Amino acid sequence: MIKVKKVSKRFHSNQAVSEAALTVNKGEIMGLLGPDGAGKTTLLRMICGLITPDEGEILLMGKPLQQLDEHRADLGYMPQRFSLYGDLTVMENIYFFGSMYALDRNTIKQRADEILDITNLSPFKHRLADQLSGGMKQKLSLTCALITRPALLILDEPTYGVDPESRKEFWKILYDLNRDGITLLISTPYMDEAELCNKAAFISAGQIRLISSPAELKKTFPYPVLQIDLKTRQPMHLHNLPGILDVSYMGSKVRVIVRDLGQGQVEIQNYLLHNRIADAVVHQVSPTMEDIFVGLAEGGVQRWNMQ
Amino acid sequence: MEYAISTQGLTRRFGNFTAVDNLSMDIIPGEICGFLGPNGAGKSTAIRMLCGILAPSSGTGTVLGYDLLRETEKIKPKIAYMSQKFSLYDDLSVIQNLDFYAGIYSIPARYRQKRLQEMLALAQLTGQEKELVANLSSGFKQRLALAAAIIAKPSLIFLDEPTSGVSPTSRRQFFDIIKSLAEAGTTVIVTTHFMDEAERCDRIAFINQGRLMALDAPDQLKQQFIQGCMVELTLLDPINQLSRLSSLPYVKETSLHGSQIHVLLNHEGDLAQLGRDSGLIPERITPSLEDVFIHIARQKKEGGFADESYPGRT
Repeated sequence: MIKVKKVSKRFHSNQAVSEAALTVNKGEIMGLLGPDGAGKTTLLRMICGLITPDEGEILLMGKPLQQLDEHRADLGYMPQRFSLYGDLTVMENIYFFGSMYALDRNTIKQRADEILDITNLSPFKHRLADQLSGGMKQKLSLTCALITRPALLILDEPTYGVDPESRKEFWKILYDLNRDGITLLISTPYMDEAELCNKAAFISAGQIRLISSPAELKKTFPYPVLQIDLKTRQPMHLHNLPGILDVSYMGSKVRVIVRDLGQGQVEIQNYLLHNRIADAVVHQVSPTMEDIFVGLAEGGVQRWNMQ
Repeated sequence: MEYAISTQGLTRRFGNFTAVDNLSMDIIPGEICGFLGPNGAGKSTAIRMLCGILAPSSGTGTVLGYDLLRETEKIKPKIAYMSQKFSLYDDLSVIQNLDFYAGIYSIPARYRQKRLQEMLALAQLTGQEKELVANLSSGFKQRLALAAAIIAKPSLIFLDEPTSGVSPTSRRQFFDIIKSLAEAGTTVIVTTHFMDEAERCDRIAFINQGRLMALDAPDQLKQQFIQGCMVELTLLDPINQLSRLSSLPYVKETSLHGSQIHVLLNHEGDLAQLGRDSGLIPERITPSLEDVFIHIARQKKEGGFADESYPGRT
């Protein structure tokens, strides 16, 4: 569905995307992950044809981007920020959006009814967009992006500012769309969402470093992860211990990524003993997507044997 | 003790919609208090009233000892407010933005250079002084917006979803800064949709449909709200399994967490049956804050809470 070949884009002195390569196959849910400023949005905008690459080639459904105009309707794009009209109602926004694609009013109405059913917005057709909650605004953006019945949908951080319960509902909708045959390319800062993609592409400094399924990423993550369960919350200063790559605090649990399992356990036990922290249980856990993200973002990627 | 914030029955109506309903709470100086709740729950409206930029429809309160109704102009110089949209000038450089805010807060010229350097160091932007804000990534912009907001050393900071759209590593870096400000005695009120950040707050105020549902430490909330036996299942196709699992008669709640499903059972005795019905080995877990969030957020759909329960007093 998408083939990105050695694509680069520079803004003044900033090399936003640098020889990025990415293939998205039909039926996939591909996640695009990476640190801030890694080039996620620039890459997505180039794939949508909103920005012209300096170098390289992008094929959508086998055709070069330059020929996209006639296939415009096959591509749906949901931008990072809400870009609809707050002083129009839900239906008025949909009519406006649909008519830009030269769809007639009856077609728009018929499709809108179907899509609003999927996105659970049917009861709110006549509400002003400004009066929708954050989660509902995102669903309206999605509805508009779907009005041309695209085969490919590109979403740039679609759950920005959306609460946890609404994020889950949004993902259920994406899964339903995917089951109906729509291919999805989606960027997200949420690592639990990354786990829901079939594949994840990790971008850093403008280059795609790694593409793999979440399960495969977890299996091949080269560093052991230890979890310390504490009886009471207390400050732990583990960052500077030798062989410790990352520490994250989750309430009364501390997750530690270590270079070597044995050495890590010894260092942590010594620390606990030395600081008289009793009743702490240290055990190995499987890596999460967040561990993998941090490992990749902080330079661990060079040590990761890529396929 | 003098509270950093103390409110009694704070209410704000827009037409016949009550955005904040009878909010009574006390915030301890130097604590990080997380405001959590679904979109549209009233978190931002509550914050705008506490900043003195939106008048309450009824109720009273004090912020840093000043009256919320009559002394809003005394409150404003002592607090900082960072909104969801970073208030920075894209076509000015990092240092020009900071200098602009130093001017707004009337920081005397003799302290100004020192203060600007401190803020650059705090935001970890030293060396990027001349970069245009337009060219900064969202994580950098967010730290600069914080530095600009707190340039006058406020004793109370309001952060309204400061970490939306920022990557996991930047978010952690940002929260480390918040933590160090609190350790130095600043009171911090922060809204977030990220549960790992909520876990790092001293206390959490859960707000739903304008009302304060709970105000307590994260660990207390988990014990208080989740009753039953919480287990985790790891599945290949979690989204599609969710409805089947939630329809099992002995299952109280189900929710999705990445590739895992959390299932709340009535009794520990149902563990074996869930194992047979799912074909998997359920793992017993301590509920996460996200479980608490979902539990509270769902209650509104199932009839809501009794009107008399306002658990805001410390």
